[in-house]
Amino acid sequence: MGMKKKWRKRHIIETLFKGIMFLSSSVVVFCLGYILWTIIIKGLPALSWEMISQVPQGGYYLGKEGGILNAIIGSLYLATGGTLLALLISLPIALYMETYMGTSRWGNLVRLALDVLWGIPSIVYGAFGFTIMLAIGMRASLLGGIIVLALLEIPIMVRAMDEVIRQMPKDLEQAALAIGSTKLEVALHVVIRQMLPGIVSAVLLAFGRGIGDAASVLFTAGYTDRIPTSLMSPTASLPLAIFFQLSTPFPEVQQRAYAAALVLTIIVLVISLGSRWLSSRLEKFVIK
Amino acid sequence: MSMRGTPRKHFSLDMDDRETRSSVSVRKRREVRVKSLFFLITLIPVGLLIVISIALAIRAWPILQQYSLNDLLLGEVWKPQKGFFGFLPFIAGTFWVTIFGVLLAAPPCFFAAVYLSEYARRTTRAIAKPLLDLLAAIPSVVYGVWGMVAIVPLISTHISPFCKRYLGFLPFFTSDNPTGYSILAGAIVLAVMITPFIISITYEVLSVVPQGTREASLALGATRWHTAWHVVLPQVSGGIGAGIVLGASRALGETMAVLMVVGNVAQMPKSIFDAAYPLSALIANNYGEMMSIPLYDSALLGAALFLIGIILVFNILSVIILKGVLGKSWV
Repeated sequence: MGMKKKWRKRHIIETLFKGIMFLSSSVVVFCLGYILWTIIIKGLPALSWEMISQVPQGGYYLGKEGGILNAIIGSLYLATGGTLLALLISLPIALYMETYMGTSRWGNLVRLALDVLWGIPSIVYGAFGFTIMLAIGMRASLLGGIIVLALLEIPIMVRAMDEVIRQMPKDLEQAALAIGSTKLEVALHVVIRQMLPGIVSAVLLAFGRGIGDAASVLFTAGYTDRIPTSLMSPTASLPLAIFFQLSTPFPEVQQRAYAAALVLTIIVLVISLGSRWLSSRLEKFVIK
Repeated sequence: MSMRGTPRKHFSLDMDDRETRSSVSVRKRREVRVKSLFFLITLIPVGLLIVISIALAIRAWPILQQYSLNDLLLGEVWKPQKGFFGFLPFIAGTFWVTIFGVLLAAPPCFFAAVYLSEYARRTTRAIAKPLLDLLAAIPSVVYGVWGMVAIVPLISTHISPFCKRYLGFLPFFTSDNPTGYSILAGAIVLAVMITPFIISITYEVLSVVPQGTREASLALGATRWHTAWHVVLPQVSGGIGAGIVLGASRALGETMAVLMVVGNVAQMPKSIFDAAYPLSALIANNYGEMMSIPLYDSALLGAALFLIGIILVFNILSVIILKGVLGKSWV
């Protein structure tokens, strides 16, 4: 009898916690669904072809006609430029950490610095960038925005790549070293090829973060109703378009902010799903 | 690379075959050069952190000279026009929003991660990962919009009146702020934002525990929860703590979403339904404006430096915990 009672108690606890876990997981999934649903319900009615194919006309911010093409194009320019620049710096760092440093003291210091940089508010990057730009006499421009976004994306990209590299089996590298490759050749010909799916998802993760960031480009890229024509022209961005339109007192303009949020969300979702698809395609070239 | 064609007579390697000799030295030299180039690039993150801190320190220096640290950090009055730079309301705002955000996020994240690690089938895990990635990919300004149109009205029409009526006797649950733009709104938005991060780090920590210990426990007849609670978790409890600390440091830096829903009133909050004004929101709302007020810009950049300091402390703390618990500093 005693045996049986104990058995039942354990199973009640098991069932209870299973329920809690199920509930917790459901809450997380529910939140994701709730966010997407809210953005779609609010954004869809205001979304029109005009919105995404025109730049703001006169009186746009009072509710007159026009669209947010300037912000869409600007955001794509900013995020693409920032991501390319960040990749140029992140890939060597990730390879160097793997090939020459491992988990040495210096390697850990770099990782700590990257984690701290990841945590720094993006507005601080913006303020820092603006301070530097003031000092060297540069105006708010596409280039300024790209550089600050790259700084913001580097920690995200390197840490994501670092994670991928450290999970890779070391046999292939050792085989390459054993037949006389230098460490550099191993890094460039073996490690890069093996981590290609990881690079793709790290790059697109950083791109998504870059395109969604408002505070860092607030001072460094500026805002304009025109589509940027050169690296030196000020550039609008979607997050700021959302933010500015929400701060106006006109309901029509706020509606457009919701539509802009929907556009931004769609871009980010496409990138997120696209990176998954692309890296699973590339996965088949990886030797396990 | 240009060195391919250069003669290297001055290189005297003891090798007969000229061809081999030159090819070895080319490869070695390339190795050395690229290695030093990569090393220089590796200096960038550490260098950037130092440069940002120094630049902010230089700009914050004027205000640090005129006011004592005590006045700045513990002063409750924020009237830059009159020369009062008390940061306490903003520090309190940051503190409250972050603490409540982490408190709201931690329990569900913990259970979801334990579920993924100890219970879930392979297919469930394969579905969970993209969902978490999606949640992590949503831009903070979109979280802000969600907070404004969904969470803030909910708080103002339901949660706040409900708590006022039934939980009013508790210290933190009653407020005269009817708008819904409040610490709670900021905390909820923040909690959802750091969820994917805390879940994935907790999951990583749990996966460090060798599968064999689980199997041993299950073989003795323990239930799965019993195994998770008594066998798996004691080995990595500190690591989970470190994950939560890291989550808090991420939360500290979040600017835009919180700014949009937290109300931005410079006051000492007394309830979770009061509006607050976190440091990062203060910087975002005011930097670049009112440059004519003396020391204003200096005060804001000082606030930024203070935030970086806190984030640095949090990160070092989590590294130390992880090192102590798991024997490695990174998960």
